[in-house]
Amino acid sequence: MDGVRPLLELTGATVRFGADAALDHVDFRLYPGEVHSLMGENGAGKSTLIKAITGALAMDEGVLRLAGEAVAFATPHEAQLAGISTVYQEIELLPNLSVAENICLGREPRRGAVMSRRLMRERAGAALAELGLELDPASLLGTHSVAVQQLVAIARAISADVRVLVLDEPTSSLDLDEVAELFRVIRELKARGVAILFVSHFLDQVYELADRITVLRDGELVGEYLTGELLRIDLVQKMLGRTVSELRSRERAAEDDAEAGAGAILRARGVTVAHGVVEADVELAEGEVLGVAGLLGSGRTSLAHALTGVARLESGEIRVEGESVRLDSPRHAITLGVVYSSENRRRDGIVAELSVLDNITLALQSERGVFRRIPPARRRELAASWVDALDIRPPDLDRPVGTLSGGNQQKVLLARLLALSPRLLVLDEPTRGIDVGAKVEIQNLVGELADNGMSVVFISAELEEVLRVGDRVAVMRDGRIVETVVAADVTTDSLLALVAQPGEDEE
Amino acid sequence: MAAMTMTRAESRPSDDGPSRVQTFLSRHGGMMPSFAAVFILVLLFIGGEIFLRGDFIRPLTISNLLIDNAYLLVLAVGMTFVILTGGIDLSVGSVMAFTGMLGAKLLAEGLPVGVAVPAMLLGGAAIGLFIGVLVQYFGVQPFIASLAGLFLGRGLAFIVSLSSIKVENDAVLWLQSTRIKIGDWVITPTGIIALVTVAIAAFVLHLTRFGRTIYAIGGSEQSARLMGLKVGRAKIGAYVISGTCAGLAGLLLTAYSNAGYPRNGIGTELDAIAAVVIGGTLLTGGRGFVLGSMIGVLVYGTIKTIINFMGAEQAWMQIIVGALLLLFIVVQRAIVARSEGRR
Amino acid sequence: MTAIYRHRLFWPIVALVTLIVINAVARPQFIKIRVQDGELYGPLISILRDSAPLMLVALGMTIVIATRGIDLSVGAIMAVSGAVALTIIDGAEDPGNVGTVLIACIVAVLVSLVLGAWNGFLVSVVGIQPIIATLVLMLAGRGVALLITGGFITTVNSEPYSFIASGYLFALPFAFLIGVVAIVILSLVERRTALGVLTEAVGINPEASRLAGVRSRSIIWGAYIVSGTLAGVAGLIYASNIKAADANAAGVFIELYAILAVVLGGTSLNGGKFSIAGTVVGVLIIQTLDSTILFLGVSSAQSPVFFAIVVVIVVIVQSARLRDGLAALTARVRSRGAGVQDSDKVEVA
Repeated sequence: MDGVRPLLELTGATVRFGADAALDHVDFRLYPGEVHSLMGENGAGKSTLIKAITGALAMDEGVLRLAGEAVAFATPHEAQLAGISTVYQEIELLPNLSVAENICLGREPRRGAVMSRRLMRERAGAALAELGLELDPASLLGTHSVAVQQLVAIARAISADVRVLVLDEPTSSLDLDEVAELFRVIRELKARGVAILFVSHFLDQVYELADRITVLRDGELVGEYLTGELLRIDLVQKMLGRTVSELRSRERAAEDDAEAGAGAILRARGVTVAHGVVEADVELAEGEVLGVAGLLGSGRTSLAHALTGVARLESGEIRVEGESVRLDSPRHAITLGVVYSSENRRRDGIVAELSVLDNITLALQSERGVFRRIPPARRRELAASWVDALDIRPPDLDRPVGTLSGGNQQKVLLARLLALSPRLLVLDEPTRGIDVGAKVEIQNLVGELADNGMSVVFISAELEEVLRVGDRVAVMRDGRIVETVVAADVTTDSLLALVAQPGEDEE
Repeated sequence: MAAMTMTRAESRPSDDGPSRVQTFLSRHGGMMPSFAAVFILVLLFIGGEIFLRGDFIRPLTISNLLIDNAYLLVLAVGMTFVILTGGIDLSVGSVMAFTGMLGAKLLAEGLPVGVAVPAMLLGGAAIGLFIGVLVQYFGVQPFIASLAGLFLGRGLAFIVSLSSIKVENDAVLWLQSTRIKIGDWVITPTGIIALVTVAIAAFVLHLTRFGRTIYAIGGSEQSARLMGLKVGRAKIGAYVISGTCAGLAGLLLTAYSNAGYPRNGIGTELDAIAAVVIGGTLLTGGRGFVLGSMIGVLVYGTIKTIINFMGAEQAWMQIIVGALLLLFIVVQRAIVARSEGRR
Repeated sequence: MTAIYRHRLFWPIVALVTLIVINAVARPQFIKIRVQDGELYGPLISILRDSAPLMLVALGMTIVIATRGIDLSVGAIMAVSGAVALTIIDGAEDPGNVGTVLIACIVAVLVSLVLGAWNGFLVSVVGIQPIIATLVLMLAGRGVALLITGGFITTVNSEPYSFIASGYLFALPFAFLIGVVAIVILSLVERRTALGVLTEAVGINPEASRLAGVRSRSIIWGAYIVSGTLAGVAGLIYASNIKAADANAAGVFIELYAILAVVLGGTSLNGGKFSIAGTVVGVLIIQTLDSTILFLGVSSAQSPVFFAIVVVIVVIVQSARLRDGLAALTARVRSRGAGVQDSDKVEVA
């Protein structure tokens, strides 16, 4: 690529949400005729970067250059007109209109105000043929599978004069054949000189397709690498990072664990959830912490959903304290002492406009029932004791929880669940997006809870954290638990190898 | 290898029957609810014929269906635009009353038809614009914004006059009194106006960018915007069209009843919504046809006619229409649930 | 001081007091209260008395709106309730018998409760949008009422039944006292049990509530039952007032006024935090405004224009307020649709 000027160049890109920077002085280059992968975990800033390029979001600082010229797009449509087309993970098309309309609308052939349906069909047919797709352009988009819809979105993107094609997780809903077909199309476009930005959390696909890789972490640029020169394990390490924080090794009383092993709190066999988990086996003893490690999309969240009644099982069995149960709702799981904290704190966790007090007591109150109200004095006392125990700041019970910092919101959520005195706590990325201090506090808290006999499933993208908190660690890949290891027996590096790929050395 | 693995089910064209059915379904699957409405209409006709011993399916009865419900048809056309965008317009009944009063008053004051009729249409359009602006620029829910329109229209109707105003203008009366006969079939200029409105609406919705934008907004406003369609303009346009149609309906109703009456059209917005929904338009927007709305109006009119013929309580009208509405809503809910399951 | 200014009831109360002051200045007799035979009379008392049906309906609407719903069928339920009660009284041998009237009222309210349960079923179990689900009954309900009365306006002459709307108890209009009882019961139930906070949780964040084990389905269903029942009582008062069951006129537009009252009282149509006191103030504002318009010599038929203006003002003020709130969270606006990971970055530390 030396000597060739980048087609698209982003320098010093910064996007702030309030005080936090979602993107902090990131540089990014995209050359014509290359496939460039953008990698990073949740919250790394991938989406923000894409939005900055496609005009969906205004940058606070930084310059975007297209073919050497500084540009600023106010809307995605402006970016499209300049030759930057995007295919989103969630298909941004109209299922209620025809395939032809979905491809042509916005620049459809018209005479005056009247559209020519015939011309439109012809044009769409041509774009589809280019992708090797045989599809009736007059059929409604919604009648086709998601995979076909995804390809129609690509047909739309390339039917215009496309110079830069952004593909944001285009393969997450495709099966293997469909992915192969998509890759054929991408290679053809690449041969034509289109610059392609390809985002996927499937490492195999990235290594198969990408020429170069840019890694982001926590809104910062980690680096730009040639795919051939970057070992898979190094890539994963760069994505996950190594956060240095105070380490409090849990004192593990191994003999205690063995003793408690007699009564397994949870035993799951062959748990399968549609588009999530395949035949997972999980066993958890009293007072044990099971860490779950895996990349985004590995099925780690689906597993949590399956164990806590949020998602229905397709097959498999779950036993709580030896008894087989069919969890049909989170409420049902709660009555069995199994509670769940979502990875998405804001959407599925806090009730933002209600007070800290109301949020902490919400689950307990619902468990007791509407008419058995917790007496106000006891309620305050209870909430205050949790605020005190978890050091929630500010210690103001009447403050709307939405105004608290992320770490404190997380603690409020934990308090809500702990107030139920559960036997099994399933925590999905409880430390995501919160500051280091709160992170360590939560890790320590999990340890204390386990010491007091509570069982915990602890899901995290940070391997060190999983190793530090967990007694054992289940490693997930492609919806399967590929291995369960004893935390003391592995190092971060060997865990990394497991998460990245088992046969790393074979490659 | 060019033939995609995933397209084999959908698109291998061949000449045998089932495939043609498949093609039709994949192109026009959205029409199924409208076909259901046609089916119900046919059932109603047959039922009417049986109950009334061969006295029902006659050119005159069917002609009268259109003539008696011309105003409702025009309202339903406007409502179709709004509902296709995913909105709702509660104001049409009272706007119709207001424009009817306005026209009658202006004519009574001696102004020519050339002033009175445009004033009616503009009056309707203005209230539509008012609702559209509230929805688009102030982010008010369509339900609440059109509620303000409903209050406004009703109050204005009474401000024009507290009692009915007789219309003696020949041109307006001509619209209803002229009977054009084609064999045994009869139609009035009001009926022709209603049919022309349907035709124009169908053309606009299916062949213009504005019309497709209306559908696109109902499908997904965000996607429509990403495609570079002028969403705001089309959304306001839908309400203006609905208001204008209400103005036109005011004219037709005035011609029909020879007078403007401020209590006209109380609850008519519900009839119009019911007709649109029965005609196969999804209340969540994006799917439906203006011709379906016409079928819906005919279903409505037929039920009314049968009840009249049978001398039954008018109350059955509301109950039957309510039940049909429920039926169609549940069917639609099932359709939406199925299409969500597919994604 | 700013605490008072910021209180959510501040502006509604200011509006109400302003209206009363304007009236008092324009016509001093407005605030005069006469005592006659130990009963209170006067324009203010009339407002309290006349506001009773709207008060009941608006209270129910408040709870429904708190769950992110809406109930359009309340007017139709009023019509059914009145029709049921008067048909029973009319058919009884002794319309003046207190027992007959009691039974009639109880049956009418039970029927209303069933209708409310029907709405709740469509919304919470079948999963139909509230506007659409309640539209069905809004349309069909009046037909049912007409069938019950046989298509006529049933009139009765029943002393005990008339008492509901025009009687006095403890020197105050009985209808007003019914409203007060409803307010007290509802406030007690919402605040002395956990219903209030759970309702708000469901309205603000249904998914988080579900994960926390809240029985959202029952709570939503219950809200529509409450709304239907209260509308039934309102229908009794309305019918008692005109001594007739008029299926076509009973409760026309009341759903719209009730929604307006709720919004005036500071409860957002987006669900969540609700204020019963706010709704009470909202109802009084509407009733006082109505009385003011009447006093101005405007026909009551024309008053909708004024209410249209009120709706627009309230809506625009609320949307400006909304924008202020968003200005503080500009980040959130910019990241609209920015996906999950970004939203975590918004929290104010």
